Amino acid sequence: MELLLVITMGCLYAAGVYLILKRSMVRLLLGIILLGNGTNILIFLLGNIVKGHPPVIAGELQSLTDVYSDPIPQALILTAIVISFGLTSFAIVLLKRVYAIIQTDDLDNLNTPEEEDI
Amino acid sequence: MKSVILQTATRYMHPILLLFSVFLLLRGHYLPGGGFVGGLVASIAFVLHSIAYGTQQTLKILHFNPLSFITAGLALATLSMFLPVFFGYPVMTGLWLNQPFPVVGLVGSSLFFDMGVYFVVVGVVLTILFTISLESH
Amino acid sequence: MISHIIIAPVLVHLFTAIVLLAFWEKILAHRIISIVGSLLGLIISVRLFTRVLNGPILTMNAANWDAPFGIVFVGDLMSTTFVLLTSIVALAVSIYSATGVSKGRIRYGYFPIFHFLILGLNGAFLTGDIFNLYVWFEVIIISSFVLLTIGGRKPQLEGAVKYMTLNILASTFFLTGIAILYGITGTLNIADLSQKILLVEKRAIVNMTAMFFVIGFGIKSALFPLYFWLPSSYHTPPSAVAAVFGGLLTKVGIYGFLRVFTLIFIPDDFIQLLLMGIGVMTIITGSFGAVIKNNLRRIFSYLILCHLGFVIGGLALFTEIAFIGLIFYLIHDIIIKSNLFLMAGLIRQLRGSMDLSRLGGIYGQYPKISLMMAVVLFSLAGIPPLSGFWPKIYLFDAGYQSSNYFFICGIIIGSFITLYLMAKIWSEVFWKDPKEEANSLDHFAPMPLFRKALLVFPIAFLAGVTLMIGLNAEFIIQVASKIAGEMADPTPYIEAVLVK
Repeated sequence: MELLLVITMGCLYAAGVYLILKRSMVRLLLGIILLGNGTNILIFLLGNIVKGHPPVIAGELQSLTDVYSDPIPQALILTAIVISFGLTSFAIVLLKRVYAIIQTDDLDNLNTPEEEDI
Repeated sequence: MKSVILQTATRYMHPILLLFSVFLLLRGHYLPGGGFVGGLVASIAFVLHSIAYGTQQTLKILHFNPLSFITAGLALATLSMFLPVFFGYPVMTGLWLNQPFPVVGLVGSSLFFDMGVYFVVVGVVLTILFTISLESH
Repeated sequence: MISHIIIAPVLVHLFTAIVLLAFWEKILAHRIISIVGSLLGLIISVRLFTRVLNGPILTMNAANWDAPFGIVFVGDLMSTTFVLLTSIVALAVSIYSATGVSKGRIRYGYFPIFHFLILGLNGAFLTGDIFNLYVWFEVIIISSFVLLTIGGRKPQLEGAVKYMTLNILASTFFLTGIAILYGITGTLNIADLSQKILLVEKRAIVNMTAMFFVIGFGIKSALFPLYFWLPSSYHTPPSAVAAVFGGLLTKVGIYGFLRVFTLIFIPDDFIQLLLMGIGVMTIITGSFGAVIKNNLRRIFSYLILCHLGFVIGGLALFTEIAFIGLIFYLIHDIIIKSNLFLMAGLIRQLRGSMDLSRLGGIYGQYPKISLMMAVVLFSLAGIPPLSGFWPKIYLFDAGYQSSNYFFICGIIIGSFITLYLMAKIWSEVFWKDPKEEANSLDHFAPMPLFRKALLVFPIAFLAGVTLMIGLNAEFIIQVASKIAGEMADPTPYIEAVLVK
């Protein structure tokens, strides 16, 4: 299970970096999303992954008696997902605006010469 | 896009999705669910409606600008976050009523915080999606 | 000592933002509410600052969870000083925005987003939990994205795409660092981390994690190899926005450096050398970049870089004298960099341009405003009794004592180039004969007196603060020494947080 997650994480990071280095806006966006997901899996990996042992204390007991999976990384991932949801939706709106102005997917066309400053 | 099948299905799906979102919101404190997920499901209900009938129609059945959902939700969440201070506890401490309500169960300040989150999520998602869809026409 | 007042600077701006959202599209109400909110924020921050200055470190456990488990907010002198500076800048920018930001932008929600940004900054300075710090960083960058793009002209969008991409990357690096840190220590509380990190046996992993933080914070605070987004985005938004960005946004990254490298990763020789290299290269690239630019705001953007190098170099020396110097420098720098961008905005109102070749003759036409700006420019260059001079003595002394002549050379080069640039700006903008079309482009002269006052007052206010810092240096040095003491010996911080 852990090995599988490590491999997935590596692939996500690699694909994310590859896509970010492209000049296309859509690939840039996808790259950012993949990198974020790779990080989320990394956080998940660093908690104690145990199958079928939620960190819930049984009603008659005072503390956990068995091994349990660490709940904090899951809470962190949830927060990170919510944040990346906000960032991604903003990025989509921004890139759509940019597309409406420059009419192409190529980020190179966005550069303005310095003389146009106000 | 006007499809009779989608429109008819939406007529049934829309209230069911909204009801499901409220269900998710209410069970969220101890069980899977909560304000964020509930809010997402509720906004999906409206997005489905806007796909079937068009964004203008959806804005009509919403009655309010999506932005006012954000305002109301933020205000509700902040107030329930701030409420414990009046009782001498730190910000965000959960305050609970002793008697459980029927259907809902125990009511505490965290439920109102979750409701605030619910409205903020609905507001944010709808603002973003309606901005995109109104622009492209 | 546990106190609820710590969270007040955050809550004030949250309430202000909500009230502003409720008054959507009412421009006059927005202007007034924003100024009132910022004023309240300033009053509360002054109270918090004086309490911490004369008393113990304050903490607050959010939701009543005890320290290493819940999220803790800590107000030590460093955080409260930063909160105070943020509030001062926020008040000035609120007042300036009332006339300096166009009605269209206000209608799109400029003011609520501005208050969300300030809220994020205050939260980041006050939190004592590393993941919570990440969340506040995200609040900051999302609001800054919106502020940067509101208005949506092409150069703005160009700047925003670069800014967005690199800042999201920085957040990813920061989050990765936090994840590994949690994996090796099992805690997220900064005070708890500073104890548990010592128990980790594999030091290589600790150093590698430190590198993630160097890259993450390095992008955010625009340090040497990672700074390219800053000069290509900070000259595009309205001047009021650029003032907050220039004064405060990069400083949050620096604050992250100061916290993480004095509490969690105590620098060894390699990290000290690395930070020193980054610092000096930032000074050199920043100052040379500024020399070749002809647009006021582009020059100021490069100067931000140049002067951040002083701070990072000071951190790399890691002695108490260097800490005094760098804290004093930050106090001076936050106020003055915000003011520079506000001044650039005012100059644009006076002459319709920020290009050095199209400016001139402001001294002849507006001598009082020019003299006020001269105070700021001279302070930045570090002319003796003014505020830029004192911290440099300390940094110089610290460099001399650790015989780090590389750093001393960097400071000298940076200071001389700043001086040269100030002279250049003074002669090009204020002394040179004005262009013929200058009067037709003057938007300032026909304004009613009240609007003029709203534009000039914030600049005068910040210039006054700068003057106070310079003339009242003894008090600032006392504050800086106390902060330096906290940085050199974090035991009181740890004890205050982990008190049972």
